Amino acid sequence: MRHAPLETQLPLGTRYTETGHTLHAEWTKARTAGGTFWLLLGVIVATVALGAVVSAATKCSSATCGQDPAKVSLAGLYLGQAVVAVTAVLAIGGEYGTGMILVTLTAVPRRSTMLAAKAAILTGSLLVAATIAVLGSVLAGRLLLPGNGFTTAHGYQLLSLTDGPYLRAAVGSVLYLVLIGLLGLGIATAIRDSAVAVGVVLGLLYLFPVLEAAVSSSSWHRHLEQISPMTAGLAVQATSSLASSPISPWAGLGVLAAWAAGALLVGALVLRLRDA
Amino acid sequence: MIITPYQSRFREGSYRFTDLLHAEWTKFRTVRGWIIGVVVGALVVAAFAFVTGQQGSCNVSACTGPLGPGGEQVSDSFYFVHQPLTGNGSITARVTSLTGQVPTLTQGPGMRPGLVPWAKAGIIIKASTTPGSAYAAMMVTGSHGVRMQDDFTQDVAGLPGAVSATTPRWLRLTRSGDTVTGYDSADGTHWTRVDTVTLAGLPSTAQVGLFATSPGFLQTSLGEASASGGPSTATGVFDKIDLTWSGGSWAGTDVGGGGGGPTPGFTQTASTFSITGSGDIAPSVSSSGGVTIAETLVGTFAGLIVLVVVGAMFMTAEYRRRLIATTLIAAPRRGHVLAAKAVVTGVVSFVAGLVGAGLAVLLGQRVLRDDGVYLFPADALTQVRVIVGTAAVLALSAVIALAIGVILRRGVGAVAAAVVVIVLPYLLTVTAPILPIGLNDWLLRVTPTSAFAVQQTLIQYPQVDNTYSASYGYYPLSPWAGLAVLCAWTALALGLAAYLLRRRDA
Repeated sequence: MRHAPLETQLPLGTRYTETGHTLHAEWTKARTAGGTFWLLLGVIVATVALGAVVSAATKCSSATCGQDPAKVSLAGLYLGQAVVAVTAVLAIGGEYGTGMILVTLTAVPRRSTMLAAKAAILTGSLLVAATIAVLGSVLAGRLLLPGNGFTTAHGYQLLSLTDGPYLRAAVGSVLYLVLIGLLGLGIATAIRDSAVAVGVVLGLLYLFPVLEAAVSSSSWHRHLEQISPMTAGLAVQATSSLASSPISPWAGLGVLAAWAAGALLVGALVLRLRDA
Repeated sequence: MIITPYQSRFREGSYRFTDLLHAEWTKFRTVRGWIIGVVVGALVVAAFAFVTGQQGSCNVSACTGPLGPGGEQVSDSFYFVHQPLTGNGSITARVTSLTGQVPTLTQGPGMRPGLVPWAKAGIIIKASTTPGSAYAAMMVTGSHGVRMQDDFTQDVAGLPGAVSATTPRWLRLTRSGDTVTGYDSADGTHWTRVDTVTLAGLPSTAQVGLFATSPGFLQTSLGEASASGGPSTATGVFDKIDLTWSGGSWAGTDVGGGGGGPTPGFTQTASTFSITGSGDIAPSVSSSGGVTIAETLVGTFAGLIVLVVVGAMFMTAEYRRRLIATTLIAAPRRGHVLAAKAVVTGVVSFVAGLVGAGLAVLLGQRVLRDDGVYLFPADALTQVRVIVGTAAVLALSAVIALAIGVILRRGVGAVAAAVVVIVLPYLLTVTAPILPIGLNDWLLRVTPTSAFAVQQTLIQYPQVDNTYSASYGYYPLSPWAGLAVLCAWTALALGLAAYLLRRRDA
């Protein structure tokens, strides 16, 4: 039996480094790598599950209970972001772990193009997963919260995406998860080792709040909250008592975007300057 | 020339566990990154003790509230109508009413009628009117019946039920030398002894009389994460006062400056006294200001993440580099290999934790005191428990990461899983409690985060109402019980890891 030699779909002389092809290659890798689908499903399950538990457990007994239904229904992000971090770190860390990165960089010698393509594919897939996760959390909150005292008698409307601030909280939460992904991608590119990279990302997210709680000086406390990727980023979820929030909603998300951009920039620089 | 083939000093198939330990320690020690990781882990635990930058406005003596006879910080403020008693004697009084005022809170400033559960009115024998001095007292309370309390921390229940004109309460205290005995009665003829206590160093002339006080009002609703409150007052009405000595004139003193409630004082009409007071005679709890030595250990989490990464990689690197095949050929008993790895990881992390936590607690305390922060007292044994316990938390966390590393075989998954199960519950229950108090307490009993109870140094007193939540340093489990929960999780993870390691192809 004779095997026909493998022929690529692209004629000889095609410039493989064109962005479209790079994107296609990264998409094929992401699509066919075993874990990607399950990790994205994990983002959805983790976010919706924790969000539903918090929505089911939080009660409001009077008009002054001071609860923010947006924060309550979207609390699943605390857990969902950890799965996003793993997904993002593995997007490039997995290649370093298996040595695949050498093949990738041989095929696409322009390293920043490769990283940009990875970022684009990651952004796209996280956008889809995060949107489903947030919509699921919104639905869970809408179904569960009215039974727990979040009623018009206590000054709460039924959760609805037609409500301006709540829509901002929901859209902001989707963007939050995507930005966490880009932060993870940048850090993993710079560090290469997946285990260390995910430790750094989770440390960055979870250590700031612990430190904030320990700092007694109120100005320092506020400054820490304003630069913390998680606390500042999640400020986008606030729909009540905005005055007590350390940073305004979109500015907070901007802080997280700055962290993500910084991490990607450092990752791109290190990737250019270093041997793979 | 005859070449002698290499011969291992071990006979085939007979190696001891210590050989395995030696092999695993050699692997650990020769990877530079892991040693750096362990050192960094120890350093960050210590370093964070200095970066919190806590500033206080007091030096050591000025910020210390009154200390009780046992050396613990106490609240000692109440309205005291008293006269001296020299030598032995007995005081009897009937309480016919206990009413009070609590802040309106949500309805704006001001007070409304109401009684906090531990509002107190009764009779007391006290060494002096100085706050913190020794005492024994019989009292009626808002909703805990008649109690006999002495020296701030002791509390014994007497007659149950609330006091009113139709159900008055008769109280009696008898001093004999250093001992004071309390009695109660519903009718003034049938008396029951509640307790006999010894007040060490009670001077021969003590202050004896009537008192009333009321601790701060605390409003906590189930299902919500926050509490609010303010000062309250209590008014006790006394009559049928009977002294076994000739008795002098009564003097009124607002001991300890009162608890902030309006109009403390007393009125006397014929033989009836009406006394209004605010404050508490009780051990101090966290809401009274100050920090615990756990404040110096914020770095535990940074160190924990570093050691979790090292622990996970110690296992997953074997899979990535396929060293696991060699390891298991050399030592086919897979359970022993896992045990040796766990021991090496645990011991190394424990030592790192011990150094880091020891430096943090010992030096951090000094920095806090120099900066004028009031530290709740913790004796040497407690400090040792906090340091050793923190090191144990770090060691167990690293071992859990190692075990998850066997289960998942991927470093990234192992690190993320270990951090999420240990740190995330802490974030959600202690740092920024978004969950209702009931669920919070439940999580702090079952999740690995329960182990941080080992850092608590404050004691919960049933006779003091307070927000006893983890954010204020009170865990639902005792220190060692909390650590035991983490031990159970570690055992579970190791058990599953051993099972999978045996069953699966390497």
